[in-house]
Amino acid sequence: MSAEVLPYTVKPHPVTGLYNGKFGIWLFLASEVMLFGALFSTYVFLRMGAPETGPTAWPTGEETHLNWMLGGLNTLILILSSVTMVLAWVQFKMDNFAKGRIYLIITAILAIAFVAIKFKFEYAHKFHMDIYPKTSVFFAIYYTMTGLHAIHIIGGVVVICYFIGPGAKLWEENREYYTNRIECTGLYWHFVDLVWIFLFPILYLL
Amino acid sequence: MSDAHADVSKHVKTYIAVFATLATLTVITVWASTWHFSHPVAIAVALAIASVKATLVATIFMHLKWEKAGNIWFVIALTAVFFVFLVTIPSLVHSDKPMGTVFTSWG
Amino acid sequence: MSGDHHHEPGFIRKYVFSVDHKVIGVQYGVTALCFLFLGFSLMMLMRWQLAYPGEEMPFIGNIFGEDAMPGGVMLPEFYNSLGAMHGTIMIFLGVVPLLVGAFGNYVMPLQIGAPDMAFPKLNMASYWVYLLGGIVMLCSFFVPGGAANSGWTSYPPLSNIATTGQTWWLFGMVCLITSSLLGSVNFIVTIIQLRVEGLTMFRLPYFVWAQLITSFLLLLAFPPLEAAGVLQLMDRLAGTSFFMPEGLVVSGVVQTQMSGGGSPLLWQHLFWFLAHPEVYVLILPAMGIVAEIIANNTRKPLWGYRAMIYSTIFLGFMSFIVWAHHMFMTGMGTKISAFFATTTMIISIPSVVILTALVISLYQGAIRFTVPMLFALAFLPMFAIGGLTGLPLGLPASDIHLHDTYYVIGHFHYVVAPGTIFAIFAGIYHWYPKVTGRTLNNALGYMHFFLSFVFINMVFMPMFWQGMAGVSRRLYDQTVYAHGDAVQSLTIMSSWGAWMLGLAQIPFIINFFISAVAGKKVSNNPWDATTLEWLAPSPPPHGNFETVPVVYRGPYEYSVPGASEDFHPQHVTTEA
Repeated sequence: MSAEVLPYTVKPHPVTGLYNGKFGIWLFLASEVMLFGALFSTYVFLRMGAPETGPTAWPTGEETHLNWMLGGLNTLILILSSVTMVLAWVQFKMDNFAKGRIYLIITAILAIAFVAIKFKFEYAHKFHMDIYPKTSVFFAIYYTMTGLHAIHIIGGVVVICYFIGPGAKLWEENREYYTNRIECTGLYWHFVDLVWIFLFPILYLL
Repeated sequence: MSDAHADVSKHVKTYIAVFATLATLTVITVWASTWHFSHPVAIAVALAIASVKATLVATIFMHLKWEKAGNIWFVIALTAVFFVFLVTIPSLVHSDKPMGTVFTSWG
Repeated sequence: MSGDHHHEPGFIRKYVFSVDHKVIGVQYGVTALCFLFLGFSLMMLMRWQLAYPGEEMPFIGNIFGEDAMPGGVMLPEFYNSLGAMHGTIMIFLGVVPLLVGAFGNYVMPLQIGAPDMAFPKLNMASYWVYLLGGIVMLCSFFVPGGAANSGWTSYPPLSNIATTGQTWWLFGMVCLITSSLLGSVNFIVTIIQLRVEGLTMFRLPYFVWAQLITSFLLLLAFPPLEAAGVLQLMDRLAGTSFFMPEGLVVSGVVQTQMSGGGSPLLWQHLFWFLAHPEVYVLILPAMGIVAEIIANNTRKPLWGYRAMIYSTIFLGFMSFIVWAHHMFMTGMGTKISAFFATTTMIISIPSVVILTALVISLYQGAIRFTVPMLFALAFLPMFAIGGLTGLPLGLPASDIHLHDTYYVIGHFHYVVAPGTIFAIFAGIYHWYPKVTGRTLNNALGYMHFFLSFVFINMVFMPMFWQGMAGVSRRLYDQTVYAHGDAVQSLTIMSSWGAWMLGLAQIPFIINFFISAVAGKKVSNNPWDATTLEWLAPSPPPHGNFETVPVVYRGPYEYSVPGASEDFHPQHVTTEA
């Protein structure tokens, strides 16, 4: 079935005010909230259950060996990429494809920088210090949460690169459809940013 | 949504301002963590700042400030409620143990 | 939807990698029926060991190999695998894909007058990810140590130290969960966005409402299990201790290779956060099917249509805050137990409202006892037995005695087997003419129904007595205990019931395949039904409707006083 036959693929529904994709991406984000919610729940559960002292006690800030500067830098990178993402959408909305595409490219580069810092400097450094997920429950949840988040970033990069490259053909066919898709990608991207905003303090600072 | 071009370009300034605020808050939250508050206060401060940042991202970048679709608000509200259940209730077992039993670490 | 640009897709695009919701629905249906039968077969094997412990299995005992059944006698490890995989396959690969993937996919877009699902490619992806999950689950039988053997609930620490099959199980589950998530997003958007003109929310057939609430349950309850699955994979593959306490002793050896600091309780919370809403995923669409069939065959509107919808919404909401009633025995304190016992009692109210509405709908109806109607009617008392026997399990005091006994098995099987699966059969008999353009054979249908009805009760009814006698559900051989040996005759009765139930499916299987080519051809609306799916041709073409319908009335306008016909379809403007 070609997409044109289905109603409200591009134009918003007169009653709900939404096109299908936008409603769909919000529902998907709702399920993502519950996915990360379960991990946050795990974090709270493990932390509240940890004894005051002993080998399974929760590590203090110094004991975690997490570098808040790298974490903070990555926070700034991700926030910046959120801004460029939304600016890309603004440019497409204003029919300015070339500029929008440049913003998308910047977003992708920032995202790759985030992942590079994460893997190259943070994980590699930890492994070098013999700190693995099995070292303690703190590192178990640290690696799981940041790892899952990194997978989300990589997924986002793939989608963004698709819209820079082969997906851009859609702009020629249907500009509004393309801009809508960028909006949905953006919603996802901001959500990933939003998760990181919580991950940074609970893992690096507390 | 059906923003006219002028509307969208007006938002650009807002986006830049929000970015500046988010960056500042990031610096503040790092700075605050060096004050060595007592633990509960430190957690409260850090989560409060994170919540402000998250709210900014959601309202401005994700356009919730201009969102009129009731369905989206419904989904967000529903998810928020279940998120709270999911995050709080499992941990309550740490504070509610069966009476007359001595537990050393885990229940 | 005009035929101007209609070019036929090739065979592969049309029937294999199809994006048409009807083809995907049929793919889901056939695959899930196969899994349903497979899951049932695993249980028939288990029933031999339970009825005749340690005896050689006749005829087929030798085909399972020395690792599983040396000399035709089932090993305990193999028995455990069968139990775990029976539960997993029945729920995640059989019943849910049938209710949501098959019926939801096929019927729901037709009932709302949509040309397809909102995201057809996502729909296709959902099926293929589901199939992948199913294949992973099947392959796990052939890995060293056999399939997962820690129960369908996979409680750690047992599951953390179990054989490789458990890792496969977790990968399979991640696939199935992803498939469900894709499906649920699609369903919600389709129902909200693609209804035809005039089809307001309170003109929707109850089945569509049930699918909508079910999709919300899947959307919000499944991700925590996905997270839990990832955590357990980390425990098993990366050596973390999310679910492993410090100083755990396994087979007399203190475990030192892991850090400790986790808790098995965490898994139970995350697991049941999904698995309780999952119970309602299993029952709500079944109620939807039954409601459609009852309204159609009593030739009356559903009694309390709105009350049923409000109850369903409330039920869906409450199902998220009852999960720890599965965990009364885990050492939770009285406050949490009291909270969950209370919410559990509250959630029984909307279930009773829905069931009562369905029963009252029968009152003074001119009932047509068709095959689907018989299954739908049987659903009512069967689900009632299942539901009412659940109440003592929802109260901590009585749960202490009944927990983990055969009583629990009896309780939830009454909900799911003679409850939901009967509703599934009802749905198959009801919508088969829409899918194929032909009806199923009536004589074989009656035979299937009456035999199934008798034998399914013979399987599950004895379990209540066994459970109250204190027999644990996890015993490989209950005769080693005096209290188990005393009720062994009930086990044997149950087992014979199960095998006879298996035989009773033969008429259905024959009917299902033969009727597809040789069944009686029927019109587009053989049941004189009112909802939109009966307006479309049988089978509906690509794009479903010849012209986009417009809806003028509610879904169940049967026997309207003064009308010349006893049914008044939703798309008809004036009095017929």
